[in-house]
Amino acid sequence: MLKNTFTHYGIVSVVVHWLVAFTVFGLFALGFWMVDLSYYSSWYRTAPHWHKSIGILLALVILFRLLWRLISPPPPPLASHKDWERRTAAVVQLALYLGIAVLIISGYLISTEDGRPIAVFGWFEVPALGALFNRQADIAGAIHEYTAYALITLALLHGLAAVKHHVIDKDSTLRRMFGCKP
Amino acid sequence: MKKLALAAALASMMVLPAKAADYVIDTQGAHAFIQFKISHLGYSWLYGRFNTFSGDFSYDASKLAQSKIQLTIDTASVDSNHAERDKHLRSADFLNVSKHPKATFVSTKVVPKDGDNFDLHGNLTLNGVTKEVVIAAEKLGEGTDPWGGYRAGFAGTTTLTLKDFAINTDLGPASATVQLDLTVEGIRK
Repeated sequence: MLKNTFTHYGIVSVVVHWLVAFTVFGLFALGFWMVDLSYYSSWYRTAPHWHKSIGILLALVILFRLLWRLISPPPPPLASHKDWERRTAAVVQLALYLGIAVLIISGYLISTEDGRPIAVFGWFEVPALGALFNRQADIAGAIHEYTAYALITLALLHGLAAVKHHVIDKDSTLRRMFGCKP
Repeated sequence: MKKLALAAALASMMVLPAKAADYVIDTQGAHAFIQFKISHLGYSWLYGRFNTFSGDFSYDASKLAQSKIQLTIDTASVDSNHAERDKHLRSADFLNVSKHPKATFVSTKVVPKDGDNFDLHGNLTLNGVTKEVVIAAEKLGEGTDPWGGYRAGFAGTTTLTLKDFAINTDLGPASATVQLDLTVEGIRK
């Protein structure tokens, strides 16, 4: 089933969720690794190019994901979830969306201060808005870095919480995210 | 009467060349440039400049050796026409501008050479390291400007070894040094 129902996630939400999860961790690892590459590394130019290209594609996936939430809202939390668990999960999930948005916007601002567009794998280019504020690349760069660490920390907590539901509470929270029926 | 006129003429001659004139570098009108070029891979040149700096000098054509100059450069103003590269140049890999926001040059002596050429010795502080450098300089010209002022212009060049200033990022064997080109036009104060 494509759409979410009242009790379980449809295939679209499941696929998009895990696609975003792997992409976010992949981009983090790629970014963490690429900033220390030496000038003569064969990856010195390729790694940032891939990082930016994948980041722009992720932005498109996130836009689709938000649209899909409107078309097909996610099922409510399991009845067994406690109030504080629901509230915490909702705050963390909102923070994850916000973190990804901040990363995408700050990343864009680093690369486009001087008016150069971002090429996505040579398939198409995202035009630049140029310098929108002073010291744009530096400020956006610092925001990008700190937000990346914050997002990965939150994402790990989000994942640990899911594992806790699976292992300790033995409920279907995690299995549901793979599309399994409760 | 003749004697008086002669005395006045003598007195004025004694007053005029009294001391070297002081000039402020015309950064206001951007008639001064601090540029650099560094080899890219040994195949080509990369040019950049510092957009924000200030300084003044004192200079008298007849007493060149007594000339002095001091310059203060805002290192964060580095501009190589590529925002991502400039961000990298400002980082700890290169200029470390958050820790060392200023670079300075203070002359220590001027050694006249032939014609309008001279060697400008001084202490350059860059990336927190102070080192004596010699700038091969040349007076380009001086005279009144069309707006009631008096100007003098100079150009100088020197080559810095990046490692000398604790810039240890390896850009390859051809890029161990950077050439600094300065053109300053001063307005007499």
